[in-house]
Amino acid sequence: MGVERDTIEIADGVKQIPGTPVFITKFDKVINWARAGSMWPLTFGLACCAIEMMATGASHYDLDRFGIIFRASPRQADLIIVAGTVTKKMAPVVRRVYDQMPEPKYVVAMGSCACSGGVFRTYSVAQGCDQFLPVDVYIPGCPPRPEALLHGLLKLQEKIKKETKRWGFWR
Amino acid sequence: MEIIEALKGLKEVRSLEEKEDAWVIWTERELTLPLMKKLKELGFNYLIDLCGVDYLNYKSEKKNFRFEVVYHLYSLEHRILVRVKVGIPEEEAWQYSVSHIWSCANWLERECFDMFGIKFLGHPNLKRIFMPEDWKGHPLRKDYPLNIEGEEEWETYKKLVERHKRKRGDAATH
Amino acid sequence: MQPLIELEKRQVGEEAWEEPFFLNMGPQHPSTHGVLRLRIELEGETIVNCEPVIGYLHRGIEKLAETLNPNQCILLSDRLDYISSVANNVAFALAFERLMKIEVPRRARLIRTIVSEMARLCSHLLWLATHALDIGAITVFLYCFREREWLLQIFEKICGARLTHGYVRVGGVRRDFTPEVVEELYEFVRVFPERILDYETLLDENRIWLKRTKGIGVVSPEKAIDLGLTGPSLRGSGVPYDVRKFRPYDAYDEVEFLVPTGKNGDTYDRYKVRMQEMRQSASIIKQCLDKLSETEGEPVLSEKAPDLLLPKMRKEVCPMLTPKGKVVFRTRKKEIIPKGEAFASIEAPKGELAVYVISDGTDTPWRLRIRTPSFVHISAIPYLAKGHMIADLVAIIGTLDIVLGDSDK
Repeated sequence: MGVERDTIEIADGVKQIPGTPVFITKFDKVINWARAGSMWPLTFGLACCAIEMMATGASHYDLDRFGIIFRASPRQADLIIVAGTVTKKMAPVVRRVYDQMPEPKYVVAMGSCACSGGVFRTYSVAQGCDQFLPVDVYIPGCPPRPEALLHGLLKLQEKIKKETKRWGFWR
Repeated sequence: MEIIEALKGLKEVRSLEEKEDAWVIWTERELTLPLMKKLKELGFNYLIDLCGVDYLNYKSEKKNFRFEVVYHLYSLEHRILVRVKVGIPEEEAWQYSVSHIWSCANWLERECFDMFGIKFLGHPNLKRIFMPEDWKGHPLRKDYPLNIEGEEEWETYKKLVERHKRKRGDAATH
Repeated sequence: MQPLIELEKRQVGEEAWEEPFFLNMGPQHPSTHGVLRLRIELEGETIVNCEPVIGYLHRGIEKLAETLNPNQCILLSDRLDYISSVANNVAFALAFERLMKIEVPRRARLIRTIVSEMARLCSHLLWLATHALDIGAITVFLYCFREREWLLQIFEKICGARLTHGYVRVGGVRRDFTPEVVEELYEFVRVFPERILDYETLLDENRIWLKRTKGIGVVSPEKAIDLGLTGPSLRGSGVPYDVRKFRPYDAYDEVEFLVPTGKNGDTYDRYKVRMQEMRQSASIIKQCLDKLSETEGEPVLSEKAPDLLLPKMRKEVCPMLTPKGKVVFRTRKKEIIPKGEAFASIEAPKGELAVYVISDGTDTPWRLRIRTPSFVHISAIPYLAKGHMIADLVAIIGTLDIVLGDSDK
């Protein structure tokens, strides 16, 4: 096609027809760019890690600069940060909140307890939230520092950017 | 001190002993309610704590009863801490409720019931507080394991995990 | 489930009647401070009855502690009230020290007092931030987190962790303050009282704040004691009960401070009490820092302090005299934690935190009972919330300053 020859590559995988406001790229790339740029996590604190999550959202670490804004309703969220110990009594609730979120949805397990149960190997603690949720990113630490949470969220953005064909009703 | 004399004078007190942090009172189950009422009249208006203790296979001392219910009472006026201990036999694990004397005993008794299975007679709303309603066993008893897995798992959680595993299996085959 | 109010009472005419309206709040709710669930019965927007459901964060700390030695238990205590974890450490350490009859060096006691007060500031700052955020003032949240972040940085310099410190050990503290920390703390207590003024200018005469806090959740002094409220929630009602004054521990008998109390026992008074307490805390830290220079170079850990790891059972060889006059050596089991029981309570930021330990002579406690303030405070919510509007429930939850990790153990 003639169009291919006349374009200039302005970014990785994005081409422009010179002199016109026309850009050529993959649909995947546009969708993933939008998703990774505005991840809205659910305000869902369980235990100690929730305090660090709040600290990450507050003025010093400032999550907003990554386009990450906390939403209080699962219906408007893309991402659930399981921040803290998940007990067996809480597990069905966490699962229900997760089920209420619209697709596409991602899960970040924050802290040792959410990853593996942590120090609490007892009768009432679920040994890791991956037993009942598909976890995308694990962040170890008890609790992880805000920097660690930021790192985990950036890793998730990388993951989202690599997705293919996760759009439309046939996804 | 007057208050200690008054405590000594109570006929419900089986033994009174001074420890470095508190005065320890031993009493019998049948005398709990009259004793507690009198203690409140004496000024012990603040119930700090109510807890159960399980002495199953306790080796270092001979215990007559398997369970004990321990009350920590404090008098804001006299600044005295009193620890009241009541032995509870295993076969008849129940105790009189003091929730009508101190309101905060309501939840503390529910916790004690949940953790030890000691029933409180006269409690307005005695049901489990920490564990789900259909949980089996009382966790803080000494014959309850620290960790439960496999068959003994709580039904709801077991179903949840199985459903997730099935879903994952489906996703992997597609 | 049976409706809590009988239907007959609500019958308007012969046939027209309405059912009570039930609303479920939580466990996933942004302003319940964790995983608290409230089952509310409403009449219009007025709360008729409210039943808290807890246990969504029950991790079995009491059971787990029965398998751990004292210093390991202290690490568990960090996860109780995770906003002010050092205060929990101190309560656990005090209980074990009373059991093992260990005298803590003066320098360690002063350091403990300083970190306890820093924990109180952390807790109160977070309380103010979230309480104001719930009621609708977002700016306070950002200001409070600025100072809290500073405190956490100091904590990090002291012990290397931001939230779960594990700084206190049975018999003292893990490590001494460095001169840098002392300097930074001096700077902090110099600046901090001005910052409190900042928050107060934002809130004290704010019309929305006044309307949402005055006359909300009123509790009389007698009822407050009966409900088992402690800490600022009790002092807001005018009862000057403070464990630091009534049963002094650590270095609180050496320092001078006031116990602020409220008058009306409403949400606004409890807010004022906590603000005053923050000033007192800053002054206590300053006094302790002054005294700390007197004890320069002294140890911070008692010589009798138990090791971090303890053997299951210790055996001791001791000479014994037989009836015939011969000396024979026999091995004898030696107690690791002395048999007996001990009770220690401290004024944690949220209220009175009490620890009751029973030991049977082995390396682990037989029973470790934790009386947490949040647990008792949550049980008071139905009383406080009755008759208020549903929007005020958020203010009531906020004013009691509850943490679910604390209450569920």
